[in-house]
Amino acid sequence: MDLINLFVKSIFIENMIFAYFLGMCSYLAVSKTVKTAVGLGLAVIFVLLITVPVNYLLDNYLLQAGALSWLGSEFASVDLSFLSFIMFIAVIASMVQLVEMVVEKFAPALYGSLGIFLPLIAVNCAILGGSLFMQQKDFSGIEGAAVYGLGSGIGWFLAILAIAAIREKIAYSNVPAPLKGLGITFIITGLMAIGFMSFMGIKL
Amino acid sequence: MNWIRQKIDQIKEPFEPGNKLEKYRPAVNALDTFLFVPDHTTKKGAHIRDAVDLKRTMITVVLALIPALIFGMWNAGYQHYTQLGENPAFLEAFLHGAYKIVPMIVVSYAVGLGLEFAFAIMRGHEVNEGYLVTGLLIPMIMPVDIPLWMVALSVIFAVLIGKEAFGGTGMNILNPALTARAFAFFAYPTYMSGNKIWVSEASNVDSISGETILGSLAANKEVGYNAAEMFTGIIPGSIAETSTLCIVAGALILILTKVGSWRIILSGILGAAAMGLLLNALPSMGVEGNGLTNFPWYNHLIVGGFAFGIVFMATDPVSAAQTMKGKWIYGALIGLTAILIRTLNPAYPEGIMLSILLLNVFAPTIDHYVIEGNIKKRKKRLETKTVKTA
Repeated sequence: MDLINLFVKSIFIENMIFAYFLGMCSYLAVSKTVKTAVGLGLAVIFVLLITVPVNYLLDNYLLQAGALSWLGSEFASVDLSFLSFIMFIAVIASMVQLVEMVVEKFAPALYGSLGIFLPLIAVNCAILGGSLFMQQKDFSGIEGAAVYGLGSGIGWFLAILAIAAIREKIAYSNVPAPLKGLGITFIITGLMAIGFMSFMGIKL
Repeated sequence: MNWIRQKIDQIKEPFEPGNKLEKYRPAVNALDTFLFVPDHTTKKGAHIRDAVDLKRTMITVVLALIPALIFGMWNAGYQHYTQLGENPAFLEAFLHGAYKIVPMIVVSYAVGLGLEFAFAIMRGHEVNEGYLVTGLLIPMIMPVDIPLWMVALSVIFAVLIGKEAFGGTGMNILNPALTARAFAFFAYPTYMSGNKIWVSEASNVDSISGETILGSLAANKEVGYNAAEMFTGIIPGSIAETSTLCIVAGALILILTKVGSWRIILSGILGAAAMGLLLNALPSMGVEGNGLTNFPWYNHLIVGGFAFGIVFMATDPVSAAQTMKGKWIYGALIGLTAILIRTLNPAYPEGIMLSILLLNVFAPTIDHYVIEGNIKKRKKRLETKTVKTA
């Protein structure tokens, strides 16, 4: 039951885009068509699903204060948590490399349309954010971290899917010239966040 | 009639193309088409023109809103006097409500139409009639005691950010009236929720408890109204949302004239009923409910803004889903999430506003996948046909 709550919470209530506004760069840049948005969204789900639990293990058995005590009592006082950023990023970057190779091999068209934004998932704030929130949340087991990663990914996926569909819809709208492109996209994101306010305050 | 026509043509003279006031032509044209049926003819493309143009559609919605509005005015006065312990005559109550509500409508129309005219002149397009409905809806969904400047500010936000930034009528992604309400709701929460705001001039009188039904349910109190009162709407609430009876009358007008989509209304009610039934069944499944979840599902349909929202807001043809199948999904999800927010989210006693805004956000996504599905189905059909003939 706790896991289901966590899952729902990470999708809707703590949505990466609409609650924390994380991962905005690729969200704004790759949301012109639904097809590429879905591709990128799936890649983000996959990367979050893998990296958050892996980083959870790293954090608990390597980095935290006292995490190394399994090596022996003389290591119990070692605190490597200052390394957590660089370790998390290394895990994320290697994961993204893997995704990139898979996409290039099996979906070359998608690979072409995602362009630079596929390797840039490595520096997508939502991904590092997922790992850092995981560190903060102190899950009691790896399954919590995995569910949290999956939920956050799905939340990000939903956000980019919705905005891509909206942007396809307003392609023919008579948007004032200064707002065309990114300007109106920012406004749409803000308005969408009002819609997502529905879930703010729900306690699960 | 002819005389008026001639007068208008005379006034329009300096605004014709080539003359010096040409820039302000949309403003005069708006006045002209307000009084006379425009004589537009199609110059290219499809040559079919229907009598049901944007103007008639919008006026139909305004007509459908009138019963709820009149009832709202009376109810505002009635709640005010009865809570003070008096027994007002019909006219007395109505006049008190009108005294409160007419200025709100005037402010909403003046500010909103002013912006529309300004944008039409600046951007050189015609003034659209879309604001006639939005401008009436905005005061109707506000609490009766809201200061007029807040109404004005909400209207400015809704028209500028919610509508004109996207290019005006027909281009917006969220329902403008609900955008205005959401703006006021999050910017001035003390004026938009609580116990004291729903009855006119109640804030200085201690003896008045003007809680809405959903508000007292959320606070785990007894509800002092029976189902008949909830249905006719003699209860505290936003101005025009209380009377399900008048809203049903409006819904009939919308459905019979085919201006509002019955699919959205029906699926919304079904969705809400399903969610209500599920929540009512919680105790039999061993989960302890609270006042809100145990509230009978049919009562959920007639209290709060649910009926008003599903009939007048969810059916907005611009921000709703456009495909037939999409409308069913869209409506049902609105009903589900509205009741869900109502019961699960302690921050908001009423969920219909945010659930419609949320589904406005996802309507294009629903449409996209309905269309994709259709394309796939037809491709398959074509394939099987060609295989058979070959």
